[in-house]
Amino acid sequence: MNLKGRMWVIGGLFAFIAVVFIGRLAQLQLGSPEWTDYAARLTESRETLDAARGLIYDRNGQLLVTNQASYDLLYTPRLAREGMDTAAFAALLGWKREALEAAFAKADAYASYRPSIIVRQLPAAEYARISGELWRFPGVKERTRAVRSNQAGLAAQLIGSFGETSADDLKNDAFYRLGDYKGKSGLELQYERELRGRKGVRYHLVDVRNNYQLPLEGGRRDTLAVAGADLTLTLDRDLQAYAERLMAGKRGSVVAIEPATGEVLALVSAPTYDPDLLIGPKRSAHYDSLLHNPGQPLYNRALRGTYRPGSIFKMVQGLIALDEGAIRTNTRIPCDRNIIGCHGPHSYDNLSEAIVHSCNPYFHEVMKRMVQARRSNNLFEDAALGLGNWTERIKRFGFGTDLGGQLPGVRPGSVPDTTYYNGIYGQRSWAFSTIYSIAIGEGELLTTPLQMANLAATIGNRGWYRTPHAVRDVGGRGKPLGVDSLVTTGVDPELFDPVISAMQQVVEGVGGTGRRARTPGISICGKTGTVQNTNALEHSVFMAFAPMDNPQIALSVYVENAGSGGSWAAPIAAQLIESYLADSLSNPEREARILAARDPFPETP
Amino acid sequence: MSRRLQIRNRLDWFTMMLVAAIAVLGWLNIASATAGSEAVDWLTFDGKGGKQLLWLGVCTLIAFLVLNVEGEFFVRISILSYLSLLVVLAAVLVFGKVIGGARSWFAFGSFSLQPSEFAKSTTALMLAWLLSRGDGKLRDLKTRLQSIAIVGLPAGLVLLQPDAGTVLVFGGFVFALYREGLSGNVLVVAFAALVVAVATILSGAGTVAYPFFGPATGVYVLWAVLAGGGGLVLWFLVQSSLPRERKRLKRIGAVAILGALVFSGAMQFGLEKVLAKHQRERIHVLFGLDVGNPDADYNIRHAKAAIGSGGWSGKGYMNGPMTAYAFVPEQETDFIFCTVGEEWGFLGSTAVILLYLTLLLRLIYLAERQRSNFTRVYGYGVASVLFMHVLINVGMVLGLAPVIGIPLPLFSYGGSSLMGFTVLIFILLRLDAERFSVLR
Ligand SMILES: [Zn+2]
Repeated sequence: MNLKGRMWVIGGLFAFIAVVFIGRLAQLQLGSPEWTDYAARLTESRETLDAARGLIYDRNGQLLVTNQASYDLLYTPRLAREGMDTAAFAALLGWKREALEAAFAKADAYASYRPSIIVRQLPAAEYARISGELWRFPGVKERTRAVRSNQAGLAAQLIGSFGETSADDLKNDAFYRLGDYKGKSGLELQYERELRGRKGVRYHLVDVRNNYQLPLEGGRRDTLAVAGADLTLTLDRDLQAYAERLMAGKRGSVVAIEPATGEVLALVSAPTYDPDLLIGPKRSAHYDSLLHNPGQPLYNRALRGTYRPGSIFKMVQGLIALDEGAIRTNTRIPCDRNIIGCHGPHSYDNLSEAIVHSCNPYFHEVMKRMVQARRSNNLFEDAALGLGNWTERIKRFGFGTDLGGQLPGVRPGSVPDTTYYNGIYGQRSWAFSTIYSIAIGEGELLTTPLQMANLAATIGNRGWYRTPHAVRDVGGRGKPLGVDSLVTTGVDPELFDPVISAMQQVVEGVGGTGRRARTPGISICGKTGTVQNTNALEHSVFMAFAPMDNPQIALSVYVENAGSGGSWAAPIAAQLIESYLADSLSNPEREARILAARDPFPETP
Repeated sequence: MSRRLQIRNRLDWFTMMLVAAIAVLGWLNIASATAGSEAVDWLTFDGKGGKQLLWLGVCTLIAFLVLNVEGEFFVRISILSYLSLLVVLAAVLVFGKVIGGARSWFAFGSFSLQPSEFAKSTTALMLAWLLSRGDGKLRDLKTRLQSIAIVGLPAGLVLLQPDAGTVLVFGGFVFALYREGLSGNVLVVAFAALVVAVATILSGAGTVAYPFFGPATGVYVLWAVLAGGGGLVLWFLVQSSLPRERKRLKRIGAVAILGALVFSGAMQFGLEKVLAKHQRERIHVLFGLDVGNPDADYNIRHAKAAIGSGGWSGKGYMNGPMTAYAFVPEQETDFIFCTVGEEWGFLGSTAVILLYLTLLLRLIYLAERQRSNFTRVYGYGVASVLFMHVLINVGMVLGLAPVIGIPLPLFSYGGSSLMGFTVLIFILLRLDAERFSVLR
């Protein structure tokens, strides 16, 4: 037996094993990227740099909403496996031990190697108390988060709330990561893209304990966060604050607009709430209690409440009728109270007087002339054609529209048209006599407080308005394009004279329904309205603009279940106009009376 | 020519270069593996890189000393050194310090020594001594039993520590014995045993619902197949063979089947009753079996990730994050090859494998060029020990062998191991240098 030959067997085996190893190396290193990816998952960590959210200012540069630091506590189960004294940690937080253990178990079930939030939004003071102790609890780390703080506590519904992203948000926008915050309603939501800025990212190499080590690739892929754009609102902080103060204890709304620009100066829905209630760890509890509050503080009445316009609508009827040629400024119509009732000692008014007296038969006749204008010999067809024309003209005043939709959650109300009546009565089955209640602003007409304020601005401007909006500037780039489109009603400016003088009479005239709005030194033009309610006191409504010849402010005031328009809405409007236009308030008794008034209002004011 | 000069001229410088290259590469990788994100300070001996440098210096000195000892001396001390080491191995079981679950270390203050690293040299010397007596060939039963005892005694003591890796290394002496005449059937039987062992592990890990008996381990199916299937195959073989061959065939077949059954049964018993749960899990992980414990394959997944992420040319020296930030366990000792894989990539890792292969083949070449039987047997012993270390260590790191703690020779951090291999290899180099002058 030649044993020397066995060296080839042994050497061959050595070589064979070397080939196996090299093959395996090729498989691991040159094959699929599985192991490279796995190593990257282990050693690389992406840190998101949150951008500072844009601040919100009023029209004069006064701060409304700012950011405030709060702290989340994060817990990584894998890092806490050993040495977590649950009892001590629960005591530090002031929690029950079972609650903390349940939170830990939930985090563990989610992902043992990833941090989960166990405590949300500790205020700075609370964080300062416990921060010195946190090192004792492995796996617990803090994260700073900016939350919103509405400094003045104003315009809660308009500015809106800021809260944690929902599952839908995460699905629909790749910008958000679990636990991110965003605007949830109001302008915070509408201008979310501008306010949120751009996140930055930093890539780190991490060690086996997930601590950041060196920047990955020397930081070549890192990007800085870009702060969000600041918003400058059209709101006047002082006017808004005063309006909220006057509306305290009442249900209703105030909308004030600068007629020349369409800028919303104040927008109040009462009752309102402290916006900071919806920020912080107790957000959902507060949200629940607000949601179930009978005054519906979360509901923005100014933009979403719909009311029958009542006698204020008569001015629109008059203006369109003048423009259509159905009447002239001196046309008198007898107050024949057979078809429709009326109030007060008058019998044969012209347009101005009819507006001041709110004469129902007058406007019944006016609208009849517009609708049954003999466009057709068939009565029904004539009514359909007439109403079609009328609806178009009404909509040009902004009724039945969202007024450009620049305000968050704005609703259009409703203006009935031929389709609507065809649906109810059937085609060619109705005429003016069927639908006449809309002539005096009743029936199927529904308008919002915003539309009423806009009407005041339109009349003040003599025939045009700019779409109402609340944002003046985004990040120094000026007004967002298209927020203030010009809309004309098509009514000749000269035709506004009788209406405006009637509005002046409402306030200034002897026995005018809006006499409580009379203010020395300011010529206020206004119109009262009352919205009838079954089984409850009517809503008190007033719309006005001032001064008469170069209007600086137009507004509507609604006070629900408070009585006639002149009783509460008119004096509130006057206080607001005076506070906006004058240096000082002239009527402390009127202010005191308003401030003292509380819902529910007595039957007779 | 003076004798000293003669020795120097006949010294195998090529092997020395290979050894030095591997040791220096090892040191560089240890420095990287242990530096973390800190800048490396080469001159301090606080870090493991610095300590290994110190060990390299010590080992250079040891190599120099060994090369200056007459080859005859090593032959003479074979028995004494072997017996001494047996005593030391017994002593370490009593007085040793437990590190990593095994009582394998003597601690002297901050410094510890692992005697089993030196037992490999003494066992190789002892085996060489035995097989170079008389005609030395492994023909008679007595020599065979003596050889097995020489390897078995230290291996048994090491098994008691317990250090499974080193026991396997002692198993490598089978290559030396094979070269000296041990039947090739031994290798065949070893291969058959390996197949039965894998089948036992795989079937034993499964659960089968047996009729009448209900669910139980699947190893019973394997045993039924071994007995029934083996018997059937044997019956066909017997039927198709010549009548005079039949008796012998029956005997061999019966022994083979019975042996397989006994071996499989013993393995199953060992797996279930002797091994601890985590050891069983390591074996199951190796075979891709679900052990229901996500941490069980942590080490090996991280090792594979480190190596796999190296790609073609690696992340560059001191630039491997898996290595720098301690994702790989034992990365300066048993898992040092991960650092090579991550930082030097496929090219570097292949180069290291080829360095080892070159060294191993060179050792065979050295062994074969001897006139002295003693040196040849010793040379094969050295090659076998080195081969087993590389096989188990690299196999483990690449996920081809179970996780068994054993250093990569000359490469891993650790003084005992480095000194052990230095002594092992440089005795051979001294003996080789005397290949013309000594006839034993
Ligand atoms: Zn009348």
